[in-house]
Amino acid sequence: MQEKLQALKEDALKKVNQAENLKDLEAVRVEYLGKKGPITEVLRGMGKLSKEERPVIGELANTVRAEITRALELKKSTFEAEALNEQLRAEAIDVTLPGRPVSVGGAHLLTEIVTEIEDLFIGMGFDVKEGPEVETDYYNFEALNLPKDHPARDMQDSFYITEELLLRTHTSPVQARTMNEFKGNKSVKMICPGKVYRRDTDDATHSHQFTQVEGLYVDKNVRMSDLKGVLNQFAKQFFGEEREIRLRPSFFPFTEPSVEMDISCKVCQGKGCSVCKQTGWIEILGGGMVHPSVLEMAGYDPKEYSGFAFGMGPERIAMLKYGVDDIRHFYTNDQRFLKQYHNL
Amino acid sequence: MLVSINWLKNYVNLGGETPESLADKITKTGIEVEGITYVTDGLEDVVIGYVESCEKHPDADKLNLCQVNVGEETLQIVCGAPNVAAGQHVIVAKVGAVLPGNFKIKKAKLRGQASNGMICSLQELGVQEQYVPKDIADGIFVFDEAVKVGEEASHYLNLDDAILELGLTPNRSDALSMLGVAYEVGAILNEPVHLPDESYTTAPIEASELVTVKVEAKEDNPYYGAFIAKDVTIKKSPQWMRNFLIAAGIRPINNVVDITNYVLLEYGQPLHAFDFKKFESDEVVIRRAHEEETFVTLDDETRSLSTEHLVITNGKVPTALAGVMGGRDSEVSAETTTILLEAAYFAGKRVRQAVKDHQLRSESSTRFEKGVDPNRVKKAAYRALHLLETYAEATILSGVSEVDTLTYDEKEVVMTTDRINDRLGTTISDDEIAIILDKLAFNFDREDHMFTVHVPTRRQDITIFEDMLEEVARIYGYDNLAYTLPEGGQHAGKLTEAQQLRRAIKHYMEGAGLNEAITYSLTTEERAKQLVSPELKDIAQSAIRLKMPMSEEHSTLRLSILPEMLDVISYNQARKQKDLAFYELGSVFISSEQTVTRQPDETLRVSGALTGQWLSHLWQQEQKAVDFYVVKGILEGLFGRLNLKVSYQTAELEGMHPGRTAIVRLNDQTIGFLGQVHPTLAKGYDVKETYVFDLNVDAIIEAVDKAPNFNKIPRFPTITRDIALVVDETEAAGEIKATIEASAGRLLQSVTIFDLYQGEHLEAGKKSLAFSLLYLDPERTLTDEEVETSYQDVLEEVKIKHRALLRS
Repeated sequence: MQEKLQALKEDALKKVNQAENLKDLEAVRVEYLGKKGPITEVLRGMGKLSKEERPVIGELANTVRAEITRALELKKSTFEAEALNEQLRAEAIDVTLPGRPVSVGGAHLLTEIVTEIEDLFIGMGFDVKEGPEVETDYYNFEALNLPKDHPARDMQDSFYITEELLLRTHTSPVQARTMNEFKGNKSVKMICPGKVYRRDTDDATHSHQFTQVEGLYVDKNVRMSDLKGVLNQFAKQFFGEEREIRLRPSFFPFTEPSVEMDISCKVCQGKGCSVCKQTGWIEILGGGMVHPSVLEMAGYDPKEYSGFAFGMGPERIAMLKYGVDDIRHFYTNDQRFLKQYHNL
Repeated sequence: MLVSINWLKNYVNLGGETPESLADKITKTGIEVEGITYVTDGLEDVVIGYVESCEKHPDADKLNLCQVNVGEETLQIVCGAPNVAAGQHVIVAKVGAVLPGNFKIKKAKLRGQASNGMICSLQELGVQEQYVPKDIADGIFVFDEAVKVGEEASHYLNLDDAILELGLTPNRSDALSMLGVAYEVGAILNEPVHLPDESYTTAPIEASELVTVKVEAKEDNPYYGAFIAKDVTIKKSPQWMRNFLIAAGIRPINNVVDITNYVLLEYGQPLHAFDFKKFESDEVVIRRAHEEETFVTLDDETRSLSTEHLVITNGKVPTALAGVMGGRDSEVSAETTTILLEAAYFAGKRVRQAVKDHQLRSESSTRFEKGVDPNRVKKAAYRALHLLETYAEATILSGVSEVDTLTYDEKEVVMTTDRINDRLGTTISDDEIAIILDKLAFNFDREDHMFTVHVPTRRQDITIFEDMLEEVARIYGYDNLAYTLPEGGQHAGKLTEAQQLRRAIKHYMEGAGLNEAITYSLTTEERAKQLVSPELKDIAQSAIRLKMPMSEEHSTLRLSILPEMLDVISYNQARKQKDLAFYELGSVFISSEQTVTRQPDETLRVSGALTGQWLSHLWQQEQKAVDFYVVKGILEGLFGRLNLKVSYQTAELEGMHPGRTAIVRLNDQTIGFLGQVHPTLAKGYDVKETYVFDLNVDAIIEAVDKAPNFNKIPRFPTITRDIALVVDETEAAGEIKATIEASAGRLLQSVTIFDLYQGEHLEAGKKSLAFSLLYLDPERTLTDEEVETSYQDVLEEVKIKHRALLRS
């Protein structure tokens, strides 16, 4: 009996080995392990065996069956793997063909600049404020220490709508509006980006519409050295750690003392070149300590409160930082121009 | 203001400063030096020569053969200048010299005669044509005075000078004079200022015997002084004076005119010299002009005046437009013998008015407009009289005929050391402050830590503490201020919800494939009225037009971003950019008044324009042109992103395709529209088939739920039922969908339209729409019966509302 089982096993394993496909394999399975197969037959005839033989033969028969099954499975998985490989070979594609395009747009360069400035100042505790583009004469000029007969208020320079309304010539009215909102008894720390308008003929360096970002900090005991510190932080973050800043005295009706800020020229490292007109410095922004009249008009007591303000032009900054050669590019919206800065 | 370094040296010791180092210091202390110009790049081998003989060239009519002594040798030079003559001291560029424009002087033969150098004109030495005195404009330069033959000529003609160009801010009109600049430089270098000679001898006759002054408009003219100089000799002014005038950008004319100009530059005080004979009167009357009075200025222009203008008259007719320009009829000329010298203080406002009305700005008016130093008015006259006596052999009459109501007082500003340090963030000591004030040459009283500064009248810009704070800070040096960060207010900055949402909308648009554009707010009046969203059209009573536009193109504030956006499409299409998708987020200006008196509503809109191919994946035969549904998909994505439910309704809007336009409604309000631009309008803008959208950002932001509640994730399975309905082709799918949503009951989660069919299997005029209904009960497992009930309700309702039948 044992010999018979051993011989069955040998036969079966041989046939498994010889099988050429899944069909052959299935035939082998049916032949040996099927309900009418020889192993089933052996197990069925167990009753005729002696008590001593029964467990021995039973165990052997089970072993033989397991071994044949394992061989079948193994062979089957080989066939399946081959079949899958065959299928995958047939499915191969040319991966060098172009993919299905995903059209992704991007922000305007000015938006990128303004957003970066906003985020930098938010990091320094400033809020972002906005104001109307059609402004009253009062907020645009008077509240900023530019009374009616001030020479800097020429009708020729501003787009007036009525005697009292005009397109704002700077974002500074938002200073006065914000201070008024706080009624002279709260610290103000904000920047305000926005569109401004001047009566200029459009050319490579002038635009009748452009962008400004204004900053204002009013509190008790604000010092001029704070202005210097904040602007220094900004300049280093925005233009690079290696850049130096320099403040020069200047004049604006709404600040006193007033400053202009230069940064060291990146092109020549401050040695002097055509970009910085041989000075080694490039003018970036204007600012100063808020004029006491401006504080007073907005309800702040200049003896108790002081503050600083500054303003800059994102177009100019973009032109310097990215070498844009004509301010009109920002407003003609040539797709080829816009796309150059979508990686920012 | 052009500042000659050589001239400046007359008043202040510049030590070892180079033009560059001085410019850098001036800039850092408060006046921006915008440029440094060297008159020449250092001329060598250009010397003074003496023309020993001058004969006609044997073979050329227009040339002369000159023997010129240049010290060590005598050179033969062929010269073509008409004014060359024997006995002249001239400027000779010797062989080897390089003149401006890289003009090298070489040995030459002209018509057979050797020429060993060149006799020069001022132009050839680099002086700009416009500054060359007219009498020598066509010839060589000839010295009037005895000069030393053989010496380098540069210094005699001030060709070794450097000119600083100062960019003055409006407050620093004190630096519109050489003395003002000298005080500034003196403060920077800590050097005293040496004042010019103002002395002269006087004849025993009083000026007031010859002329009286009457001022009728004292407010406009608080000081008027008339001085008399007799027996003047009109001739050229001395070379040094001509040199400095040229350096300052003023053309020399004759000694009298040059002296008034020179003093104007030196003191910042404009003076005017009348030919007293031609003045034809013994009285000077200063008054407002009469309405429609006319008068001819020095430049031969007839000026018509008004009561807004101040004039100097001889009691009858105007002889000068006060502070701006003199009159032709009383101009100093070669025949002049007696001069009436005017030194006056005219109010800036009056001068400004005249400048504006006559478009006539002069060196004088610029200074009066900004305000001159009261204490320098008379001093300037004294200085001019000194120069007239010296260089015009004038006899100066005693005294002055004047009307004087001018205030000469110095302003006082009080400051304490503590307050200065508090504001600047510094630790400057009392003594340091005193040193700074000394450098500025400001007088002051000091009491402990308190300073009372007597601000000199030349510094009209300083009136309050903060002005003095700036003076102290700039002399102390902005560079010396520390870098500190604000100590007060631990406020965390952040964007508001609205600002964050605006950024989210922009990011969405960019992610959806649109490029951000920024266009002008000002457009044409015609365009301002185009493509305005219907809800704005209802409010807007007018397009806001500028009072004085620069061009029609930018004359009116936009009511929609789209017209300028179409222009952007057109611009790009003209440059062969075919596939375009732009958006802009910005304000439009809506006024509810017919005549604008108040600020308009500034409503934020997000608008887009798309054209060309939306998707182009050619090798897989996938191509999709921009159409209505591309744009609608973008908007649906936006509202999906913001969790907002909007509806779309067919609409006919001006400028839009009547069959391909929808308005967008949110919470029962129209918030914008989308669709195809009407082909006629598109043609007007020269754009191809273009689709646009325009939405109210403020309304969207308002509607967004900023703090959404948590909804449980459903644990029970969903059931889907599909319905195919046959309806008239005019039935709107969206409305049927809305009916389904309204009638399906609470278990319906969503409805999707998944098929649209029109064709041979259907009756003409009909279409089939297929909807997929998704059911869910969040509390328990759905039963088929519940779904079936809902399904039947839906069928019932669509039959009633849309005559829809189940497709068999």
